[in-house]
Amino acid sequence: MVKPVALLAALALAIPPAQAAPDLERQKELLEFLRQDCGACHGMTLKGGLGSPLLPGNLTGYDPQGLAEIILNGKLGTPMPPWKDLLTQDEAEWLAQGLVRGAFP
Amino acid sequence: MKRLAALVLFLFLSACAGLEPRGTGDLGIIIERATGSVLVVDTTKRAILGRIEGLGDLSHASMVFSRDQRYAYIFGRDGGLSKVDLLERRIAARIVQAGNSIGGAIGPKGDWVAAANYEPGGVKFFDAASLAQLAEIPALVDGKASKVIGIAEAPGNRLVFSLYDAGEIWLADMTDVKTPWVRKFKQAGQLPYDGLITYDGRHYLAGLFGEDGLALLDLWNLEAGTKKIMPGYGKGQEPLPVYKMPHLRGWSQAGDEMFLPAIGRHEVLVVDRRGWKEAARIPVAGQPVFVIARPDGRQVWVNFALPNNGLIQVIDVPTRQIVKTLKPGKAILHLEFASKGTEVWVSARDDDQVIALDTETFAELARIPAQKPSGIFFTSRAHRLGL
Ligand code: HEC
Repeated sequence: MVKPVALLAALALAIPPAQAAPDLERQKELLEFLRQDCGACHGMTLKGGLGSPLLPGNLTGYDPQGLAEIILNGKLGTPMPPWKDLLTQDEAEWLAQGLVRGAFP
Repeated sequence: MKRLAALVLFLFLSACAGLEPRGTGDLGIIIERATGSVLVVDTTKRAILGRIEGLGDLSHASMVFSRDQRYAYIFGRDGGLSKVDLLERRIAARIVQAGNSIGGAIGPKGDWVAAANYEPGGVKFFDAASLAQLAEIPALVDGKASKVIGIAEAPGNRLVFSLYDAGEIWLADMTDVKTPWVRKFKQAGQLPYDGLITYDGRHYLAGLFGEDGLALLDLWNLEAGTKKIMPGYGKGQEPLPVYKMPHLRGWSQAGDEMFLPAIGRHEVLVVDRRGWKEAARIPVAGQPVFVIARPDGRQVWVNFALPNNGLIQVIDVPTRQIVKTLKPGKAILHLEFASKGTEVWVSARDDDQVIALDTETFAELARIPAQKPSGIFFTSRAHRLGL
């Protein structure tokens, strides 16, 4: 018989945690990345440019999951590129949640 | 106390320096994108003359010079338009003319400046002396506002620009600056993202994101309309991600050849201007952003999008070979040649430095401290079309 603890451990391994937030160091880098590199198209203050504005009021129709998906895979047929080679799933989700909450003033 | 005295002396001396008669032909502006400031530089001494602050959001800012090379018109991302005095190092006039702006141009006679806007879209014209608004062209197609990009002045007191959303190229005749007369070229191509006018003002090219190719307008033969050239220009099969849109504006012409950034491919394309056919593709280290010829056309310098934005490559024009790969600093955003090409200044955003390089020996000549520098603009642009 499998002990409950072992079962839990196995489950924990099988299901990755919903979101492992990037550490503080990385969060700082991501914030800079958002301002400077995403900002090249979305504006340094996220008010928009060639890319759409990314302020909370502009993102009401989205959940963070959906936005993370866009960030990782881009939007085909538009200049929004896929970032999956430069950002991890967790990082994209962290950015998406911050955008929706307006955490990046 | 001593410090205060030193400061007073410094202010006094700098005030004097401002009054001393001097030319402006060797001056330049460095945009400090994150702090809304610019540096005025002396390119002969490779020295900073002063900093001008309070210019708003300067991410992706661009600018043009007055024909007397004394004033810079700076177009901010936030719709701000500032007229800056290079000699007195102060803001001579400033307005906020739109919600979101991408760039501008100055009329061939120097009497008007035009701003291209994303929000609300369209082009606005201002008096170059006072910045009072003269006219406006809303970029409306079927009732929908379009972002305007790729704005350039053209011979005959005209202005040419592209509509990103609508895929059109418009040519405005500014003979009567209060009532521009607009000729519209429909279906020029999908999602034009930037444009350039050749140094002689004859051809206008718009890069297309929505389809393979470039849209071309021959200003000497408007009846022919726009045509699409370079079908293999971009994307095609398995395009690579474009983390930063290439810029077309700039001096990318060497003799009869134009050097252009491919899109979604790590290549510089060579186009023969005589038939607008592809002449060669030069593999480079990443997605090119700026592809700029040295003023004599012997070399072409290239910078790149992420993750290769620390590199610069130099193409030798006659052999089409890369003769040098440089790593001058972190996040190279822009480069600007001295008017006769002897040196080039490059901005290294993440090093907070602008680096001057010799274009023959590639030796470093100077490092100039700047806060998150992006665009570099020398006053010699004042006398070139499309810059
Ligand atoms: C090369 C230009 C470019 C860059 C760089 C860029 N984007 Fe975008 N992005 C766009 C465009 C254009 C759109 C709008 C696409 C459309 O037409 O629906 C967009 C859309 C989006 C959207 C969807 C918003 C909406 O309202 O549909 C999100 C979220 C987003 N971008 C996040 C990012 C993040 C995060 C980064 C940096 C990691 C980034 N983008 C970098 C061009 C860019």
